[in-house]
Amino acid sequence: MKRMRILAYPYSVWMAIFIVVPLILVFLYSFTEGDIRNLAQLKFSTRSYERVSEPIYLKVIVNSFILATLSTLFCLALGYPVAMIVARANPKVRSMLLMFLIVPMWMNFLLRTYAWMSILSPNGFLNRLLEFFGLPRLEIMPGKTAVLLGMIYNFLPFMILPIYTVLSKIDKQYLEAASDLGANKTRTFFKIILPLSIPGVVSGITMVFLPAVSTFVISGLLGGGKTPLIGDLIEQQFMWEGNWHFGSSLSIILMVMILISMAIMSRIDRDGKQDENGHAKA
Amino acid sequence: MAKEKYIIELRNLTKSFDGVKVVDSINLKIKENEFVTLLGPSGCGKTTTLRMIGGFEEPDEGEILFEGKLLNPVPPYKRNINTVFQRYALFPHMNVFENVAFGLRIKKLPKDEIEERVEKMLRMMDLEKFGKRHVDSLSGGQQQRVAIARALVNEPKVLLLDEPLGALDLKLRKEMQIELLDMQRSVGITFIYVTHDQEEALTMSDTVVVMNEGHIQQVGTPEDIYNEPTNRFVADFIGESNIIEATMLEDRKVMFDGRVFDCVDTGFGTNVPVDVVIRPEDLQIVTDPEKGMIRGTVTSVVFKGVHYEMLIENEYREYMVHSTLMFPEETQVGMNVQPFDIHVMKKEGYG
Amino acid sequence: MKKLAVRIYMGLIFLFLYAPIIVLIVFSFNKTKSRGQWAGFTLDWYAQLFKDRLITEALYYTVTIAILATVISTIVGTIAAIGIHYMRGFGKNLLLNINNIPVLNPDIVTGVALMTLFISAGMRLGFMTMLIAHVLFCIPYVILAVLPKLRQLNRHIAEAAMDLGATPSYALRKIILPEIRPGIISGALMAFTMSIDDFVISFFTAGNEVSNLSIVVYSMARRGVKPTINALSTLMFLAVVILLLIINKKSGEGEELLL
Ligand SMILES: Nc1ncnc2c1ncn2[C@@H]1O[C@H](COP(=O)(O)OP(=O)(O)O)[C@@H](O)[C@H]1O
Ligand SMILES: [Mg+2]
Repeated sequence: MKRMRILAYPYSVWMAIFIVVPLILVFLYSFTEGDIRNLAQLKFSTRSYERVSEPIYLKVIVNSFILATLSTLFCLALGYPVAMIVARANPKVRSMLLMFLIVPMWMNFLLRTYAWMSILSPNGFLNRLLEFFGLPRLEIMPGKTAVLLGMIYNFLPFMILPIYTVLSKIDKQYLEAASDLGANKTRTFFKIILPLSIPGVVSGITMVFLPAVSTFVISGLLGGGKTPLIGDLIEQQFMWEGNWHFGSSLSIILMVMILISMAIMSRIDRDGKQDENGHAKA
Repeated sequence: MAKEKYIIELRNLTKSFDGVKVVDSINLKIKENEFVTLLGPSGCGKTTTLRMIGGFEEPDEGEILFEGKLLNPVPPYKRNINTVFQRYALFPHMNVFENVAFGLRIKKLPKDEIEERVEKMLRMMDLEKFGKRHVDSLSGGQQQRVAIARALVNEPKVLLLDEPLGALDLKLRKEMQIELLDMQRSVGITFIYVTHDQEEALTMSDTVVVMNEGHIQQVGTPEDIYNEPTNRFVADFIGESNIIEATMLEDRKVMFDGRVFDCVDTGFGTNVPVDVVIRPEDLQIVTDPEKGMIRGTVTSVVFKGVHYEMLIENEYREYMVHSTLMFPEETQVGMNVQPFDIHVMKKEGYG
Repeated sequence: MKKLAVRIYMGLIFLFLYAPIIVLIVFSFNKTKSRGQWAGFTLDWYAQLFKDRLITEALYYTVTIAILATVISTIVGTIAAIGIHYMRGFGKNLLLNINNIPVLNPDIVTGVALMTLFISAGMRLGFMTMLIAHVLFCIPYVILAVLPKLRQLNRHIAEAAMDLGATPSYALRKIILPEIRPGIISGALMAFTMSIDDFVISFFTAGNEVSNLSIVVYSMARRGVKPTINALSTLMFLAVVILLLIINKKSGEGEELLL
């Protein structure tokens, strides 16, 4: 059966061309300057990275990080209880709840964001509603709050589903054993459920943080260019400014940010597991 | 010597995985219609040897001959050899009939011939009612039979069986052992059988090949293997034995436990350290300690259904003895052993 | 008391999740362009939608690309998965890790990286580059769907086929493929939905001449809200819901496919 291996060779070549080479190109462009159409005369330069450290751009990066972190935290705070409620519901209700949680994801991502535009815009549905009840108008779009809201809306299911999956697999016997041993509900939650659900939380956080920190659609549509994120900068450089060197170094920085946060998360995941073992031994 | 006809011949067969020699220079000749069993502990390289014969692993070195012709370059689908896999490997998306018909369909035999041969095979295996059944819905024993039928219907010259009864419970195992033997006698093809169960190997085979750590330890009839193990490993693996460090004084004289015993072995030289094997059932207990060649005290008695298993201790060692008579613990007894029940082996160890 | 709290909480969450969708759908039937006021029922926006060349063309490209990308990535991905399955050690890990890059990397990086490759190689951005990009990000999902099925496969089943005289390619077609079919199908469905839904990677690889629906929505939305998009959203949402309901009915493994 070893001969079956040759079936992977064409795809290996394909991956080399369309996955590896493009990333090498981006890396190359990020460390050079000169005419991008003429690879031969590109010169080594760290200018694009120096440019990233200019205050305006630094601010954009910090902003992206803060907004992504905030939206991740909100998703976690809102999503964990939902996951728990769904996991504890009886099977019939549970599959219905799951279905209703997933259906909005079937709608195109852009349309979901666009929907919030029509709700939040100055003359949008929300303000009409507030007016109707004689309440003061809300001016949140375009702006950070609207971007944050859009992120939470779009990515909340990515937090709920992995946590739900882990919670629903926790053996009921653990919980029974805990209460048998005299743990009350709060204790059972903090000592049993929460530690056991860490893998779900970790993958939820990754699945929310990753698209949130790299988005340019949400900030473009709901932020109105007022609060550009790193994604907007990359889009700008490649689509409008034509400065691939700067765009590439921004992309590399984005990837590094994500790699670091993923490394931290997998560390937490691992530590969590060691902790469990520690408890088991004690 | 008359030239005998061998159907399979292994010459210096060697295979390594990750730098470890799993099968190490194996030489073996298998006659037509022989029932040969590869016996050895788990991980000793039995499956790997079988897979090389089947064509699923390429030997690193050595040759496999089939009817005198080199088999190494022949791909598995062109070998006139079929395999019954360890976990059956039935095709789950086909029913019993289609599983059995698979090989014949590939040979593009006429439809009615396929039908006829498959039906006949299913009848032979007591499976005629199950043709339309899904393989998942069969019991372990039935799946086993389908796997054998699927291989045999192709009328191979050699059938390879890798622990075919390993997944069955004890009772079914015994039944299937007998059925398999009957089948082998009636269809008259060579069986190469793999097992780690010494009892199974001894009851079924014409020839047993005892393997350990990639080496062949001994090849022989079940009687040879049982009665004349060539080394400590074989003796140990084949059954519960008393293995005793002894000294061969001269031909037919061996010394242990401070006295000289008569035996039938010759050719070891004089004053050579050897290992001696005495089977637990070959030690006869006498009530009067003075009448025994060996004296000792019974330290434990366990009833084993047919016989009692007793441990008898003297100042040198502990003997295991099987007897239909029971001697209570703490009793002083004597033991006798016949010269032909003392098996002397070369002391070479097996590690 | 606690039950009530739970109900209210779940109610609020579902309100949050569904309010935008309901608003979109309701206002797709609204007579005025204004988003706040209800001025009566109309189907005008739907009519305009179908007259809009930009949108009908984008619809054509979206569907064509999705079908082509699904077919290509399913075939290539399945073959590659089988190859990878029979590999061992370092090579296998390397391929699996590279295969994971498009899944883990942010879409925007995948998009710009492909764009730099295409332009550096002197290719004109358009239908072809967009198709390549879609095939690229679809294959990993097919492979990730097929590999577990291969792992579940009895290791000896292909060997058993060859033992009975099947050539490797016959064993592949008649034994392995039927066994991993569920994985292939769910991989294909995943590829299709990913392709239909994609915006970011298409945005960077489609160039100026070709657009899919997502790109059209983005450019229209940037210029301000248009009621035709409401109509478009409603139709697309409806189409997806119907499609997935059919699939779920047919396959019966609802939960798995929904996710
Ligand atoms: N494909 C393989 N890759 C690496 N090691 C293997 C492979 N197949 C078998 N081995 C190793 O070779 C040794 C012998 O295996 P095997 O022939 O299956 O033994 P047996 O059938 O006697 O139990 C074992 O240690 C096993 O782990
Ligand atoms: Mg084995």
